[in-house]
Amino acid sequence: MKTDWKAMMPPVVIITGAVLGVLGAVLAWAGNPPNMGVCIACFQRDIVGALGLHHAAKLQYLRPEIPALTLGAMLAAALRKEWKGRSAPSPALSFLLGAFVMIGALVFLGCPIRMALRLGGGDLTALAGLAGFGAGIWAGTLLLRRGFSLGRSAPASRVPTLVLPVLAAGLLVLLFLRPAFIFFSAEGPGSQAAPVLASVGAGLLLGALAQRSRLCFAGGIRDLLLIRSPHLLVGLAAALVAAALTNLALGRFNLGFSGQPIAHTEHLWSFLSMALVGLGAVLLGGCPLRQLVLAAQGDGAAFCAIWGMFAGAAVAHNFDLAASPAGVPVGGQVVVVAGLVICLAVGWSVRET
Amino acid sequence: MNQEMTVDARGLACPIPVIRAKKALESIPQGRVVVLVDEQAAVENIARLAGYMRCSHQCAACEGGFRIIIEKPGSGGEGP
Repeated sequence: MKTDWKAMMPPVVIITGAVLGVLGAVLAWAGNPPNMGVCIACFQRDIVGALGLHHAAKLQYLRPEIPALTLGAMLAAALRKEWKGRSAPSPALSFLLGAFVMIGALVFLGCPIRMALRLGGGDLTALAGLAGFGAGIWAGTLLLRRGFSLGRSAPASRVPTLVLPVLAAGLLVLLFLRPAFIFFSAEGPGSQAAPVLASVGAGLLLGALAQRSRLCFAGGIRDLLLIRSPHLLVGLAAALVAAALTNLALGRFNLGFSGQPIAHTEHLWSFLSMALVGLGAVLLGGCPLRQLVLAAQGDGAAFCAIWGMFAGAAVAHNFDLAASPAGVPVGGQVVVVAGLVICLAVGWSVRET
Repeated sequence: MNQEMTVDARGLACPIPVIRAKKALESIPQGRVVVLVDEQAAVENIARLAGYMRCSHQCAACEGGFRIIIEKPGSGGEGP
């Protein structure tokens, strides 16, 4: 039987990864923070700040990419008849794992997408994060093989699945109205933004493509380890290469370990924090992007994970856990280690037979 | 000897249906594994697994989801 290359390297996954890489680089060029054209974790964190749920004055903006991505994924799911209500079998665990994934990402300074975009911008400090991400995913696959499961979801009403898209649309309305109770950074990364319509368009497109391709950065490494299939990993590779080529074309490629934007050089903590992201993502069933897409198409477990991520962002900045270019605070180091221990304990003890 | 196993993976999150199906396929020398799933994504992943394991498969819609029948050939047919 000959190898089915189309199944191993689906064009839709490669296209989605490439579009993500190009848009990631272009949105940063168009005004978003450097090497942060798209970042699920950073942008959720900025939204949490804009809503006043944390008080890091430089990290507050209603990033339109997140709600637009949510709506794009929901519309794509509806067109393919994949927009369905599903119950969350373990809402508390999904919430907890989501919170740890977010805290890990904010100690690294980026979700797996930004990890790829940082590498695509020449930021070699993200290599330690990539290694940690792989290690965390590897640990997660061992726990999955051992029988870890959050439980079985069941078909549910479609009515609750309207909550997320309505909230997403509400955030976009608030962005256009800019009422006084929404916080907008006057300086720092929160003040750096691409034109709103460009961000909305990019978010809608990425959401639709991510839903169609089922792109998942954690799934890429996980499926290579579990079934030797690179079908999702090619998406991560495409994003990295496309971002690098676009940055080279825009004159924004800066190869090296030092002087990288919104990054730190504490490699041990980059490794451990992304290990936490990888482990948590495998236990959740997908990376932050995939969680957002699944939540948009009605998955209750992913919905809980998204709220965990929002809570994690508030905790990370209110309790001084998140890293900055200056380094990783002690609190962040403690919570990353605690998060790894707790996620391993959850993965070890929660099994479905 | 041909054996038949059924794996009910309905409601399980990605990639657990694939892991259960792979375990079942590895546990029999040859025969048939029937996998029940309830999401299109799981169907695609199981089909990919069948290809990797050098097994033929067919999928049909059934009540509450999909029924994928994977046929594992005898010696010499298993994947790497």
